[in-house]
Amino acid sequence: MNKVSLIIFREYLTRVKKKSFIIATFLGPILMGAVMFLPTYFALNTQGNQSFQVIDESGLMGAVFVSDNEVSYEYISTNLDIAKSDLLENDVDGLIYIPEFELNEPQGFALYGASNQSISTLSSIENTLELHIESLRLSASGLDKEVIDSFEANIDLNTINLSNSGGEQESSSGAATIIGYIASFMIYMFVFIYGAMCMRGVIEEKSSRIVEIVLSSVKPFELMMGKVIGIAMVGLTQFVLWILLTGGISMLISVFLSPEALEMGAANSEMSSEADMMATALSALGGINMTLVLSSFLFYFIGGYFLYGALFAAIGSASDSDADAQQFMFPVTAPLIISIISLSLVLQDPHGSVSFWMSIIPFTSPIIMMMRIPFGVAPWELILSMFMLILGFLFTLWIAGRIYRVGILMHGTKVNWKILAKWFMTSD
Amino acid sequence: MKVSKSIETTKNKILDLIKIDHISKAYSGHQALSDISLTIPDKSIFGLLGPNGAGKTTLIRIITKIIQQDQGKVFLNEEEISYDLVRKIGYLPEERGLYKKMKVGEQLIYLSQLKGLSRTEAVKRIKMWLEKLDLKSWWNKNVEDLSKGMAQKVQFIATVVHEPKLLILDEPFSGFDPVNADLIKNEILELRDKGATIIFSTHRMESVEELCDNIALINQSKKILDGSVKQIKEEHKQGQYIIDYMGTLPIKESFDVLNQTDLEGDLKRAHIKFHEASKPNDLIAQLIGSVQLFAFSEKIPTINEIFISKVSPSHE
Repeated sequence: MNKVSLIIFREYLTRVKKKSFIIATFLGPILMGAVMFLPTYFALNTQGNQSFQVIDESGLMGAVFVSDNEVSYEYISTNLDIAKSDLLENDVDGLIYIPEFELNEPQGFALYGASNQSISTLSSIENTLELHIESLRLSASGLDKEVIDSFEANIDLNTINLSNSGGEQESSSGAATIIGYIASFMIYMFVFIYGAMCMRGVIEEKSSRIVEIVLSSVKPFELMMGKVIGIAMVGLTQFVLWILLTGGISMLISVFLSPEALEMGAANSEMSSEADMMATALSALGGINMTLVLSSFLFYFIGGYFLYGALFAAIGSASDSDADAQQFMFPVTAPLIISIISLSLVLQDPHGSVSFWMSIIPFTSPIIMMMRIPFGVAPWELILSMFMLILGFLFTLWIAGRIYRVGILMHGTKVNWKILAKWFMTSD
Repeated sequence: MKVSKSIETTKNKILDLIKIDHISKAYSGHQALSDISLTIPDKSIFGLLGPNGAGKTTLIRIITKIIQQDQGKVFLNEEEISYDLVRKIGYLPEERGLYKKMKVGEQLIYLSQLKGLSRTEAVKRIKMWLEKLDLKSWWNKNVEDLSKGMAQKVQFIATVVHEPKLLILDEPFSGFDPVNADLIKNEILELRDKGATIIFSTHRMESVEELCDNIALINQSKKILDGSVKQIKEEHKQGQYIIDYMGTLPIKESFDVLNQTDLEGDLKRAHIKFHEASKPNDLIAQLIGSVQLFAFSEKIPTINEIFISKVSPSHE
């Protein structure tokens, strides 16, 4: 067997057989599901069971606050000072105080409580008060609220992309955003996780001194490439397993959540609007070329990983321990972090010049391009970006190889950028 | 071309397997090797001696092409050494290391496959070696569970398993207890008898005399001497003799008595330096009239003594 493939296999097998890999592979989809599911769950469920007392000195706000199964309101007529001192003893979350006020100049409202209230609670109380005062003002000026309400309009813009072939396709910026975000973050995570794995692998070989034995059998570059490729395969394996497992888990969930349960959810008024949104988003998925998204994801994952993995390997070769590596980490990972921060900028204008250039420059293109692809990218841009990424990783592999071949055998030297440059310049 | 070359080389009585030609190497501001030239004969054991930091490991790393020399060339079988040639060498680095989380058997198979053995061949040979070095039951153990000595044995196996024609061992005995050092020594001798050439470096001299056919002494980046062990010892004799005698030694200008000790009874032992570069019989002739001689032997310097005498002046 060819030596590089021997190295690839060793790197691959030792990692795939590790318990941590197996655990991460199975826990990943579950955690990911939890991350998506739990916030919704909590948002829908934990708000409940709050209780407020209301003192209405104005006499205008009677029956404005209506208890439901989440929040209960109790109107009390005690003096404010007594109510305040009772508040801490009673099992009440807060005290809403409505003073006597002028309709034109509503002031002096207060919410007393033992602890800070959540923003959503505050805004819901404020909303209730504002709406009621508005309607009071309307009726004071002789207008009927119902008439005003009947003028209100609510429009959802359907976005439809026209293609050159003359077809029309329903699209959804929402779906594109979600897919772009997921793909970009996955690439970011993968490059970080597997790049760091590369680096640690090199440090381990270097610090355990096995490297000299291996180097009497293979060239430094072969060893580096074997490691980089082997770990890329670990990443791909994990990715494929995650997709399969996530598919399996969501199948299971849809079986458990019987149609009745779904209908019940839909009956809940709050849910129905979200369900509607999901439905339009899902139908809009048809408008996004998922084959293109997935295949470019694979390309940018591998390309981005090679680009950074090689640099991580070079950092590893210059370090005797993980701690040593820290000083080189930031400059190398800075473009990745900048890409992630720039995502919102790209979202505002997926076809603008910032988006364009960042998706062409190889150091940022894997993350930025994955954000842009769901919004539709001209083929020439995609091809140029891919071509640049290939050039980019060939370039970093070359640089990394030159640093690696010297660094891997250096022990106990305090390495800085100047020394790295010197290693790079060292002739064969 | 190649044919005529090999005919030419077989004409020489002793083949030189390795020729090191004016090698120099400097690390930033520090001269590691200056102008070293050496030849290493085929099918012999060559000792590379020198104190710590003399440049032994640097020279070995240049031969194995792990680092690049600044000047000079290394020839293996009259061919300038290349990566392809290096991969056939068995090399035991000074800094020992193995993949800690890998199992002994698996790791040895991997390293042998990197040296070009097929998997089945590797398994067969590794089993043989593990048995030979009392490691048979460790096939499935992680390397991190091994003692230092055992890990060293595993490394030794990794070095020799592909039966290289040339073995380079950097400090092969460091870290071994005397029993295991002996075990490894015998394996090295056996490999030589099977036709391998072995270069090993050491700063410990005990092993040298038993093992080496030829040595080179390096100190502070320079070669101080080289040649066969026998010849070097011959060259460094200083006309010293040890005699056991009864009676009183005569006082003569032709020799000095370096020290004198009493043995049992009237028997004494003296260490004599004979100034005349003549034969031992002349010394005996000068002594024989005054004392009763019981034993007479020429004091041959040990490599250790030569080493110290050559190295210490420059250490001062």
